[in-house]
Amino acid sequence: MIAATTKLTREEVAHIAALAHIALGEAELALYQEQLSAILDHAVQLQALDTDAIPPTASVLPLRTVLREDETASTLPVADALANAPAVRDNCFVVPPVR
Amino acid sequence: MSDLYNLTIHEAMDALRRGDITSVALTQAVLERVLAVDNDICAYLTLTPEAALEQAEAADAARAAGKDAPLLGIPIALKDNISTQGIETTAGSKILDGYVPPFDATIVRKLKAAGAVVLGKTNLDEFAMGSSTENSAFFPTRNPWDVTRVPGGSSGGSAAAVAAGEALAAVGTDTGGSVRQPAALCGVVGVRPTYGRCSRYGLVAFASSLDQPGPLTRDVTDAALMLQVMAGHDPQDGTTRPDPVPDYLAALSPDVKGLRIGVPREYFAEGLQPAVERLVREALQMFVELGAELVDIHLPHTDYALSTYYLVAPAEASANLARFDGVRYGYRAEGHFETIGDLYAQTRGAGFGPEVLRRIMLGTYALSAGYYDAYYLKAQKVRTLIKSDFDAAFAGTAGCGVDLIAGPTSPVTAFRLGERTADPLQMYLADIFTLSQALAGIPAISVPCGFDADGLPVGLQLAAPALQEARMLHAAFAYEQAAGWHKRRAEMLLQKPFDYTKWQSSLWSDKSIEKISHMAMQNRAVIDNAIGEDLH
Repeated sequence: MIAATTKLTREEVAHIAALAHIALGEAELALYQEQLSAILDHAVQLQALDTDAIPPTASVLPLRTVLREDETASTLPVADALANAPAVRDNCFVVPPVR
Repeated sequence: MSDLYNLTIHEAMDALRRGDITSVALTQAVLERVLAVDNDICAYLTLTPEAALEQAEAADAARAAGKDAPLLGIPIALKDNISTQGIETTAGSKILDGYVPPFDATIVRKLKAAGAVVLGKTNLDEFAMGSSTENSAFFPTRNPWDVTRVPGGSSGGSAAAVAAGEALAAVGTDTGGSVRQPAALCGVVGVRPTYGRCSRYGLVAFASSLDQPGPLTRDVTDAALMLQVMAGHDPQDGTTRPDPVPDYLAALSPDVKGLRIGVPREYFAEGLQPAVERLVREALQMFVELGAELVDIHLPHTDYALSTYYLVAPAEASANLARFDGVRYGYRAEGHFETIGDLYAQTRGAGFGPEVLRRIMLGTYALSAGYYDAYYLKAQKVRTLIKSDFDAAFAGTAGCGVDLIAGPTSPVTAFRLGERTADPLQMYLADIFTLSQALAGIPAISVPCGFDADGLPVGLQLAAPALQEARMLHAAFAYEQAAGWHKRRAEMLLQKPFDYTKWQSSLWSDKSIEKISHMAMQNRAVIDNAIGEDLH
């Protein structure tokens, strides 16, 4: 159960931004702290509904896992796949160190 | 023939088939219209006049060789979150500025195969997140019925283009109302198909369990023609439905005797503008006069749709938009980065606009450890309840099942630029009547049902059970033919150029203004060059 009003702390907003890989300045953190809290406050109304016996809907489709024949199809040429990249070398995307 | 740009698709097809006009003449007329009005409307992000005229010439040549196709030679516009091979596709975002897709979306491939001529790409709220097109990273689009007002959103560029004569029809995408709401605010027809009816392959994904592309047109017949081409199973989208596509055009008849139309009490609640309520009720009365029956129904979970949608859609968006990281395509932040994590964070922080950042963070929070059950799972369960409301109304637990459900598309007519941008929740409320059908995955149409005292259009929404687009189009057609609102065209006050300085200071940077005027000049040069001297 969650509280009737949701006031996110500055640290919580910073944590969310870090999870989402988004760099934010102090002013933005303060703005989103206020706005996200207001939106979440509105969502608190859902808690009033008893949904213990209700299954979740992830998709409205009546379909189950869809299979197809395993046939070879054409693929994107490497040059096309790299054409939009900001930095490319030796048919690879160039990025800073991963650590 | 004058004003070719004002023709409907079916009128233009008749004239093309009779040989009265050519696709080149039609496409030129529409491009000339774009030149005349788009500086005020700002419907297009990218215009491709040379390619369009080449396609028009090819269509004329095909027709001369005895060929025909459902849209052969018809100039249309595509929302800029739909991938077009070789044509920039930005999704209205700085993070995709300059991105040129290496392939066509399936619906683009189908529309081209049916003979459609692509004029260009239309403006939208960034990543289709918004209800006014003011969230575009480039500039806002304006409403052809009153250029100081928004066209709705997120497919505002597509709706405005159709209303202003800048395309015979356009394609939009509808995640929570993004086709229907701008259609209502711009006085055109907009269709959200059943989830899975049209392929999402090549759409820039926002919320994958909700996104559907749909047509925006000047009348219901054109909507049927467009949907006929767009619908169907696609091996490249595992969520498309294998069910056969019926003949939508054949379903259009003026006879609705015995049709049972459910009118939910919840759709006539507080916050509905009096003029909207009056015009929608008059439309419902016209259905009675046509022989349909109105049934008072109850959709008890309607009030929960807003909260449910604004947890489910941002959660899916936070996952979908993880791909924009400055590595494979689009914008990359300037500077030297010690780690790839810094590159991601700086690129995403600077590349996404405020509404997109808000929704990514909202979705990230709803999915995060400790909050998943309380927010995301809870919303998915309430989604089940919202869907069950519709199932019960259509199936009729006590022999009271209805064929369609009617109500207003939007609680308000087009609001003024800047009126709702300060408070995100106020903007979300503009979608209040279009969210629940999207959550339930059922089709719905918005059809013009009159104008308020200020001359602003109002839309009537009709929703049908899954895969019953034909029934919905049939009823919308019968109403449209009896009411005749679709014949009215926007009279733009073009003699009074819009004063950019009034709104730019609070909403957009000087750079946006520069981009608008630069684009207008560029387009004029390209169109003049492509069309040549023969028209001047």
